[in-house]
Amino acid sequence: MGKEVIRLDNIRRDFKVGDEIVHALRGVSFTIEEGEFVTIMGTSGSGKSTLLNTLGCLDTPTSGEYYLDGVSVRTMGKNDRAVLRNRKIGFIFQNYNLLAKTTAIENVELPLLYNSSVGSKERRERAVEALKSVGLGDRLLHKSNQMSGGQMQRVAIARALVNNPAVVLADEATGNLDTRTSFEILVLFQRLHAEGRTIIFVTHNPEIAQYSSRNITLRDGQVTGDVHNDNILDAAEALAKLPVQND
Amino acid sequence: MIALKALSNNKLRGFLTMLGIIIGVGSVITMLAIGQGSKKSIQAEISEMGSNMIMIMPGSNRMGGVKMSSDDMQSLKIQDYESILEKAAYVQCVSPLVQSSSQAIYGANNTPTSAYGVNADYLEIRQYKISDGEMFTDQDIKTAAKVCIVGATVVSNLFTNGENPLGKTIRFGSIPFRIIGVLESKGYNSMGMDQDDMIIAPYTTVQKRILAITYIQEIVCSALSEEYTDQAIDEITDILRSNHKLKEDASDDFEIRSQEEMSSMMTSTSDLMTTLLAAVAAISLLVGGIGIMNIMYVSVTERTKEIGLRMSIGARGRDILLQFLIESMLLSITGGLIGVLFGIGAAYVVKFLANYPIAIQAWTVLLSFLVCTATGIFFGWYPAKKAANLDPIEAIRYE
Ligand SMILES: Nc1ncnc2c1ncn2[C@@H]1O[C@H](COP(=O)(O)OP(=O)(O)O)[C@@H](O)[C@H]1O
Ligand SMILES: [Mg+2]
Repeated sequence: MGKEVIRLDNIRRDFKVGDEIVHALRGVSFTIEEGEFVTIMGTSGSGKSTLLNTLGCLDTPTSGEYYLDGVSVRTMGKNDRAVLRNRKIGFIFQNYNLLAKTTAIENVELPLLYNSSVGSKERRERAVEALKSVGLGDRLLHKSNQMSGGQMQRVAIARALVNNPAVVLADEATGNLDTRTSFEILVLFQRLHAEGRTIIFVTHNPEIAQYSSRNITLRDGQVTGDVHNDNILDAAEALAKLPVQND
Repeated sequence: MIALKALSNNKLRGFLTMLGIIIGVGSVITMLAIGQGSKKSIQAEISEMGSNMIMIMPGSNRMGGVKMSSDDMQSLKIQDYESILEKAAYVQCVSPLVQSSSQAIYGANNTPTSAYGVNADYLEIRQYKISDGEMFTDQDIKTAAKVCIVGATVVSNLFTNGENPLGKTIRFGSIPFRIIGVLESKGYNSMGMDQDDMIIAPYTTVQKRILAITYIQEIVCSALSEEYTDQAIDEITDILRSNHKLKEDASDDFEIRSQEEMSSMMTSTSDLMTTLLAAVAAISLLVGGIGIMNIMYVSVTERTKEIGLRMSIGARGRDILLQFLIESMLLSITGGLIGVLFGIGAAYVVKFLANYPIAIQAWTVLLSFLVCTATGIFFGWYPAKKAANLDPIEAIRYE
């Protein structure tokens, strides 16, 4: 039994739209332990993004308790949550969200810029290390507009790892990529998993669930399935089997 | 760092935004330099003339509804001068003044100039010095001696061969005068008057031998010091009123002007000018500030997604606020810096082209700089606050 990183206790999130109340999350409870690679699946509107925003401390639930790394998030103020995001969470977005006209290394340094306990020398070193670990050691000074989608997502992953977070949250991280590049990114995620990272990966692609250690299914704001995957497929193998493009 | 980068990504827009500030600060600096310059030269002028000087002229009071011109007034007499000399405690020096304009002639040379009939104290009052020779004596005044002191311009106009003017006899109108001294040159005053174009002679000589009058045209005095000017004026007023036997309700038949009064009069016009110019400049600074606010709003909207990203990776509201504040301050300070250089340059152009006195004072530069920074903070605040208050979830979804 590993260390508990995330604990959700009957999380509800209501949105008021005009006179109506939309229940985006209706009592979600689960725990995630250190080192798990969890995919969250569900149809559009099932509450995946709302759940991820809650997990990422961007949103606060209407009711219920959320403990991140043992800390209760629900009662925290805006600034405290910002600091918590900075220290404990790594975000990866579908559309990368890199700063335009900015080098890979500067993009990766960004989270550390908001952490005053990290000096500029250490910041640079950690950014270089993170970029090397995603296989971009030779692209440090490339600007975001000079890179391919796969490279940009690697930079984004490096940015998510640079603060050594307790949990990495990915929202459709392969959604904008072609199959081959998606598998390359998936290989990277599996390697991070093997290194002991805790990963939560939101996707609507059922195939990806086969490469994770656990799959949670959402429907209408409720958990309808939560299965551990005993037969994790190897993304590297799948990648090797893909037909090779000649360009 | 972040802010600098954001600006350098959009240089042309940054420059255009700064233009308002550049013009604003530039004009403040130039206007103040010109205003201060003329004020300073007026002040220098006045203190050169003696800041404690008091002038008494026959007044233009009304007689039977007919306004008399002061030339026609003959209310000042030698007795008035003597009374002031005797009784006025706050007055240090006093001299009568009679003046005549005519041609001064030496040999084949002649030049139009003025002869001032005064006593020996006049030099002290007007801060003139004798560079060569000596002043006339009380004895010369008593005998209405035909001796004179000449200014440097008169010397150069009459003694074209470089002879020593001392001891030479020149004619002023039809009267021969022996030169016994030469004045130290004072140059031009701020109103363009040549202060060396004059002849000084005993007042009795000018009065009797040139003008053939018994009254005097003016009395000039100096107060003990600048602070005592008002007391001295009161004293003189009392003395003259009793001398002239004026009734309680009659108005003065003389006019007293102090140098202090004249200087404050002259500097107040230049102060007013400076204030007006500065106000115009301040308005352009305001317009520049609004330009900054405008562009900062655009910038915040354009970069909503970036703000959302920064917030989601841990930037707090105040980090975002600071980022945009620094950016707008950078805009205004850079604009201010260029404006200062531009303003100083323009002031020097004015100086060289129009030969106008300018004075660039450290405080005006400092002030415009502070105002600029304040403008940046003030007009950057609302856009920055708007950025800081964005909801990270919505911001990052913004397209
Ligand atoms: N900010 C919001 N205001 C109102 N309703 C919202 C808001 N965010 C999400 N919802 C609603 O909550 C439900 C879940 O949305 P979401 O979490 O985005 O689903 P998913 O990401 O799985 O597609 C949807 O019905 C959506 O309309
Ligand atoms: Mg979604």
